[in-house]
Amino acid sequence: MKRILKNLSLALAALGLSACVTPSVAEKSAITLPPETAHFKSGPGAQVATTYCTICHTADYVYMQPPLNRAGWEATVTKMRKVFGAPAGDADAKVIVDYLLTQNGKQ
Amino acid sequence: MGPDQGRRNMLRAGAALGGAALAGRAALAAAEQMVTLPIANGARRFAAYPQKRPLIVMTERPVQLETPMAMFDSAFTPNDAFFVRWHISNVPMSVDGAAHRIKVHGLVNNPLSLSVADLRNNYEQVEIAAVCQCSGNSRGLFDPRVVGGEWTNGAMGNAMWKGVRLRDILNKAGVQKGALQVRLNGLDKGPMTTVPDFIKALDMDEALREEVIVAYSMNGQPLPVLNGFPVRLVVPGWYATYWVKMLEDVEVIGAVDNNFWMNPAYRIPANDCACAEPGKPIPKTVPINRMNVRSFITSLQDGAQVRAGQQVAIKGIAFDGGYGIRRVLFSADGGKSWGEARLGKDHGNYSFREWEAGFRAPRAGSYALQVMAVNGNGESQQVTTSRWNPAGYMRNVVETVRVQAV
Repeated sequence: MKRILKNLSLALAALGLSACVTPSVAEKSAITLPPETAHFKSGPGAQVATTYCTICHTADYVYMQPPLNRAGWEATVTKMRKVFGAPAGDADAKVIVDYLLTQNGKQ
Repeated sequence: MGPDQGRRNMLRAGAALGGAALAGRAALAAAEQMVTLPIANGARRFAAYPQKRPLIVMTERPVQLETPMAMFDSAFTPNDAFFVRWHISNVPMSVDGAAHRIKVHGLVNNPLSLSVADLRNNYEQVEIAAVCQCSGNSRGLFDPRVVGGEWTNGAMGNAMWKGVRLRDILNKAGVQKGALQVRLNGLDKGPMTTVPDFIKALDMDEALREEVIVAYSMNGQPLPVLNGFPVRLVVPGWYATYWVKMLEDVEVIGAVDNNFWMNPAYRIPANDCACAEPGKPIPKTVPINRMNVRSFITSLQDGAQVRAGQQVAIKGIAFDGGYGIRRVLFSADGGKSWGEARLGKDHGNYSFREWEAGFRAPRAGSYALQVMAVNGNGESQQVTTSRWNPAGYMRNVVETVRVQAV
């Protein structure tokens, strides 16, 4: 009996059916993320920030930061444009910085 | 709002969460729980993401979830409590584990295309307990604060990983002369082509280290999608940035990889303390690598109450980058005096090590509980000063849990 079982498992392995023996490992896994709730709060520039920033990330990336001064937010917006390619031009970038200062800024 | 207010909120949220857990998950889903971490802009909500219990939501897209300290109440972190961190937002939420292939190519004699079944059937199967900790775990506690993912201490977890050695895969492929690094890429992509793909590289000697595995199992189960189903790299002792999730590409290269995520991202000052002074230039950096030693009290949270005169068992965890935990010291007076904690079961040098210490508050009042670990190489945690660097990496100062004896 043991030999039969061993042969059976060898045959299964040869057929590439080991996934059937341990179905939990290789099967399909699919999930659906909950709806997003983190949005930019209304105010001058909110629409511009939403247009460009949320291509890559939700607004919580801004609100979780420690309050930043103008130089701090300028450095961040510049990184988003130069490193990650946020397609905001100079004028829109300034609107975004001004808006971020109203949302999570300091002197 | 001061830290004390934050602590009270945390306590309230914790108590509410405990009660809801008893009433079942449906009840919890109905009533959204909030927590205020003890840092500026520390308000977070709890949410149960797929295959996850309610965790602290740091960000929604890319999704980043933090594990509350109270959930580290055993050496192994349950899969549904394990923290989540993605860098770029285009992550497949449906992955066919049977169809998935890992391509092995570059400076190799025999390029490979491996299925999970190949890993399971054609290679030696190995298991290792190892801590996965974000480089920026505890970044939110840096002073002065730095920009980034504003975690407190819950961007870490320990699991029993099962898979096959990267070394065995590379040996089967046959690494050619001139190989310098192994580049590792997963299924995640940026939402625009301009976003640098998340790719990491290990030097050849690190890639060939015996403990480094391609894991298809986490605590005896398939990996949750959010932790990298169907396979992720496990680099015991090193920060999680190298633990590439949904691993699909292994490329042996003859140069040092300088893609964004290796340089300038994830670099530390090239000095003994991986530290810098705010505002001062850093002459030289290196890629972040081995974890330093840390320990945490997990059985009591900041602001908790204990009974004066009553003995309480304080429990927690300690870990390091692979030398193993040799000692854990406990203090109930803010570090003035220390006593030896009892170490729990040894699950290997890369695992969380549980510890336990007795504490009896002699009288009513405030007590600053601290814990400090020493590893097998004699390295201990920072005590008086806390490391600072501009990216907020490698915090390992002795933490303090303030409790009130009543």
